[in-house]
Amino acid sequence: MDQTFLVNVFGSCDRCFKQRALRPKSEQLNYCSLCAEIVKATEGLRLSQMLSSYSQSILCLVLAVHQVAERVEALGQFVMKTRRTLKGHGNKVLCMDWCKDKRRLVSSSQDGKVIVWDSFTTNKEHAVTMPCTWVMACAYAPSGCAIACGGLDNKCSVYPLTFDKNENMAAKKKSSVAMHTNYLSACSFTNSDMQILTASGDGTCALWDVESGQLLQSFHGHGADVLCLDLAPSETGNTFVSGGCDKKAMVWDMRSGQCVQAFETHESDINSVRYYPSGDAFASGSDDATCRLYDLRADREVAIYSKESIIFGASSVDFSLSGRLLFAGYNDYTINVWDVLKGSRVSILFGHENRVSTLRVSPDGTAFCSGSWDHTLRLGWAWAAKREL
Amino acid sequence: MAAGSAPLGGHPRVQRPHLSKMERMVVTMQDPDQGVRMRSQRLLVTVIPHAANGSDIVEWLIQKYSIAEDEALHLGSLLVQHGYLYPLRDPRRLELRPDETPYRFQTPYFWTSTLWPAAELDYAIYLAKKNIRKQGALVDHEKEQYHQLRRRISHAWDLVMMQAREQLRAAKQRRKGDRLVIACQEQTYWLVNRPPPGAPSVLEQGPGRGPCMAGRAPMVRALRACPRPPPRPECSHLPRPYLKFSSQHGPHDPIMSGCLPTGGPGVQLRPPGCASVVRSPHPENLSFWEACEELRHGGQARVPALVDAVYQQFLAPGAARWVNIDSRTMEQTLAGLTQPHRHVLDDAQRHIYLLMKKDSYPRFLKSDLYRDLLAEAVVPLETKRRVFPFTRKPRHSSPSPALRPASASGEPVGGDGDGET
Repeated sequence: MDQTFLVNVFGSCDRCFKQRALRPKSEQLNYCSLCAEIVKATEGLRLSQMLSSYSQSILCLVLAVHQVAERVEALGQFVMKTRRTLKGHGNKVLCMDWCKDKRRLVSSSQDGKVIVWDSFTTNKEHAVTMPCTWVMACAYAPSGCAIACGGLDNKCSVYPLTFDKNENMAAKKKSSVAMHTNYLSACSFTNSDMQILTASGDGTCALWDVESGQLLQSFHGHGADVLCLDLAPSETGNTFVSGGCDKKAMVWDMRSGQCVQAFETHESDINSVRYYPSGDAFASGSDDATCRLYDLRADREVAIYSKESIIFGASSVDFSLSGRLLFAGYNDYTINVWDVLKGSRVSILFGHENRVSTLRVSPDGTAFCSGSWDHTLRLGWAWAAKREL
Repeated sequence: MAAGSAPLGGHPRVQRPHLSKMERMVVTMQDPDQGVRMRSQRLLVTVIPHAANGSDIVEWLIQKYSIAEDEALHLGSLLVQHGYLYPLRDPRRLELRPDETPYRFQTPYFWTSTLWPAAELDYAIYLAKKNIRKQGALVDHEKEQYHQLRRRISHAWDLVMMQAREQLRAAKQRRKGDRLVIACQEQTYWLVNRPPPGAPSVLEQGPGRGPCMAGRAPMVRALRACPRPPPRPECSHLPRPYLKFSSQHGPHDPIMSGCLPTGGPGVQLRPPGCASVVRSPHPENLSFWEACEELRHGGQARVPALVDAVYQQFLAPGAARWVNIDSRTMEQTLAGLTQPHRHVLDDAQRHIYLLMKKDSYPRFLKSDLYRDLLAEAVVPLETKRRVFPFTRKPRHSSPSPALRPASASGEPVGGDGDGET
């Protein structure tokens, strides 16, 4: 291997302006070793964003690289309201998921109905009646061609979506993909339609092959029911985080089945976990009425989002596209929007008449959808007020 | 429904922590110095002490928790709906009115956390008392419940009637004010625990959680401590990575900038930037990376065939699109190919990813394609503001992804064509 001599040049770093030992870079820029690492890391982040994103707007970020803000700017005033209401479920809505086309979504309810909606026209496109009640988990396949759902039947079933009126969707269902020994609390497809990750009340998570129903990997470690899971957005990473009734949030390696990190600072059941868009952190919502942000590299909790007036548990959390806002749905029928960096609440949204059970931001980040025990789903997005100021 | 047995580790689960928080709030509200302003309320001829106006309650909540009026009203309503506050007039409607309506605080005896679950026997006695007092003129649903209970616990019905008469007799000996208050308290308790049809039940819970011995998967490894990662240096500027990420992405966060949803077309498999990687001297790198992704996330049944295809195309000596991996990784990968599994190409994939990051990406930054993208990028946000696609319903809907035939770029199609139209 070639060995280049490291010349110790001392001088002013072009990035932090401190007197340090410099590592010469090609384009007449000299960085100290710390800054060199930081620049390399941000470049890496940009590349992974480029490779993993599906929309052109993400590429525009590269513009902002040269304008890194050193101070946290206060968020401007903006108003968010319910813009669409999806009515059609006859009972409590328990779970929902967006399709990657940013427009369709699937929702499941207590009476066993699973409905696919077009959120723009508010039409129902498909409906399936499951043979069980309390369908607590549903997911849209990445291709948009199938949905997965499960609940008190302890199974996860995959339904291919068909528009042929002669075909009965229930009859087309694949044999149950996942078999647990207690209720299914969460499910998610991995990057393709072929694998599905499930979490269950039996305290385990599992990775399944959809085609054969084979168990590929199981994850043991939670001391009680697992209530939620989320897959890491990183392209090279192979991890996911899960939260349970044992108040623990655990990060798992999908290949080995081992728990690589665990966090236990919540005071009650963790109802929802969601990764920060960069994949370096995740947020959790719990029955103790707080949401918390955990940093994976620092290996600890870094922020708590709570207020004395909020005493009901958070059932569902999700980040906005940039990660600046955290949307959380609560059991007191409201949605609170938090400023992730400042830790303060930006907005509180009313509208639901019973507890908010599920909340997801759309894949392009333009809207969010919340499902509630009041049988409805509501779509909201923001109007920017007074942008001239 | 009752608290479950202690789980592994011996920490009992706190059921419904919001109830204890509400109780603490209500106790603070009753503090003689710092609490809500109490006054005696005149109801017809009786005077009821320690009552508070709806508006005073809302005012106190606004002051104490620094919240706006709508939130204070909502919070107060929740307190009433859970039975911690009850209205003195018209106690059948559990709602908080921000005016002169008087409210009182529920006695701890009737708190949900104290007396829960509500016993059927108690409900029977309550209905029996009401029946006797109103001489049979019960509300519909109560009448129905009364008859049902009578059938169900007919063996204990004598006890129920005896208790009911006894309680009514004892009540007659109390002062009118006390009698009124106790009646209101009891009525509120039963409104919360046995809501009339149509009213939402605030005490409803989802399916039971917590450890139940039946159906628990074998916890062989549960008690083993998770391997802790090596301690990382304490980062003093924790917000910085998030600052950087959010400020980079912030201007393009549609929900913050008020960008309207446009229901964009379907998914592009490759972002435009990848075109340059494809055009670069090493286009096979991206194809190899994509093939590895397909292997990792694809169906189990296709693993042997995929591994074989990848070997023929990318790894075999003299292959058409041979990828340049260092000798050690190549050796390990080839050895692993004899026992193909989903993760056999992970190391090679990581190597190619790092290669693309160091090589192709800097070249992309200097290319014409990138410059064109930047020029284009400034425009979209401005034009979107003028277009309001939501003033009327869109005339045509976008086709469902389920209708689209399998794309030519080899995107994995769910179900091997089953259910594909």
